Amino acid sequence: MSIRVENLTKEFDGRKVLNNISFTVEEGEVLSIVGFSGSGKSTILKILCGLLKPDTGIIDIGDGDVAMVFQYSALFDSLNVFDNISFALQERKEFRKKYTKTELQEIVKRSLNTVGLSNIEDKFPHELSGGMQKRVSLARAIVTKPKFILYDEPTAGLDPVASTVIEDYILRLREETKATSIVVTHQMSTITRCSDKVIMLYDGNIVFRGTPQDLLKQDNPYTQQFVSASIEGPMKMAASGF
Amino acid sequence: MANMRLYLKQTITYQLTLMFLRHVREFFETFGDIAYRLVLVLRYLFTFQINAKQVIEQSSRFAVDSLPITLSIVSMTAIILAMQVAPEMVKQGGKDYIGMLVSLTMVREIGVIMSGFAIISMIGSSQASELATMRVTDQIDAMKVLKVSPFRYLFLPRVLAGIIMMPFIVILSSLVGILAGGLTAMTAAKDVTWLCYVTSVWQGLFIRDINIMLLKASCFGGAISLISSSCGYDAKGGAKGVGIATTKAVVWSFVAIVIIDCIFAVIFYF
Repeated sequence: MSIRVENLTKEFDGRKVLNNISFTVEEGEVLSIVGFSGSGKSTILKILCGLLKPDTGIIDIGDGDVAMVFQYSALFDSLNVFDNISFALQERKEFRKKYTKTELQEIVKRSLNTVGLSNIEDKFPHELSGGMQKRVSLARAIVTKPKFILYDEPTAGLDPVASTVIEDYILRLREETKATSIVVTHQMSTITRCSDKVIMLYDGNIVFRGTPQDLLKQDNPYTQQFVSASIEGPMKMAASGF
Repeated sequence: MANMRLYLKQTITYQLTLMFLRHVREFFETFGDIAYRLVLVLRYLFTFQINAKQVIEQSSRFAVDSLPITLSIVSMTAIILAMQVAPEMVKQGGKDYIGMLVSLTMVREIGVIMSGFAIISMIGSSQASELATMRVTDQIDAMKVLKVSPFRYLFLPRVLAGIIMMPFIVILSSLVGILAGGLTAMTAAKDVTWLCYVTSVWQGLFIRDINIMLLKASCFGGAISLISSSCGYDAKGGAKGVGIATTKAVVWSFVAIVIIDCIFAVIFYF
């Protein structure tokens, strides 16, 4: 199942955050969205998973389940790891009476194993490290076998080793779930390791689209500035709302 | 003409009018949101999509956590009332009416409204800040992405807990208030005996008053939970947003229960 976005526009308080954005992600592909803070990357994800409504535009995302991994994990802090992961299975109408307690335990255990964790079902989010919280968040996202996974800065706030671990799990989930994915990131390693395609946003517009290899080529002033992390270039911080 | 308009826009009157209109708009927006969420909660309630585990958890928090402070406030109010009224009534020859006065005041008004104020400060503020924190840390968004309605999972158990538990709290606090009032009356006025006080209570109270008290308590409980949850749900920004949402929840709940109290007084005692 692919994701097709056409002429997506979104305005907040008179400021156009997304201006006629169009892109397609084919089934099983991983698209990275990059750009300065405030360039509208997370807004795209929020629109795709139904948290925001676009002002105009067409979004064709099929009828599969959409999962999202939030920037700061967004685990329910009053629930333990078991209840966090099995939350959708316990609370959603279509799953509510489908599984017994033992089956739920088995599913949670399997999901945790997929992200390299075990025996933490009784722990609460505040008892876990940032990297572990992120992995639990990944486990929670895949428990309903989604067709689409959206990652909002999955490596934000993590050390380089933990970031690499998360990138490994993004790759692993891609292999295991065959889900179509979109990753919003600033990290070059995530872009080059995990994605098939990249788009770059600036001031609500797409200023680059191509492969991760194309991004590294120094022929586009926007990508050049982004890759070299320079303040000199066509992208101005103020325009992106930074 | 353009200069005139610019000049008008700079006047304090214009700025104040604008601020007033903004507040009026915000008031109607908040009111509309609360009403809409009440409809959603009722829809989940009447389609029996109730999370029993959450209702029990919220009920225990609602009642148990707030009970000590509620009992303290109501009994202190009853003590103050009896202390000031008992000697005067004995002087006027109305010692047989002290129990009636204290109990009617407790059951019809003080027990419910003071419990309501205690619940707002203990439970309402906690519900608002909890939901506001969930909002600013994306937990509510995560819930929506997992296709679980926050109104079913968060609002309904809290509102139900308020409706169910508030009458119990009010019964207990009114009872403690009447007892405390009696003990105070006996201490403050020599001629008042326990028998005289209890007989007066018995003569003054009617089942109708108790029924109205229970109904009012349920309305208070539901309103406090609904308003607090709703204000928390609308929180924006970070820690400051949580603070603003909590303050708003407390203010709105206070105003709401006073308005509900007025409506009850007009319907049943006017």
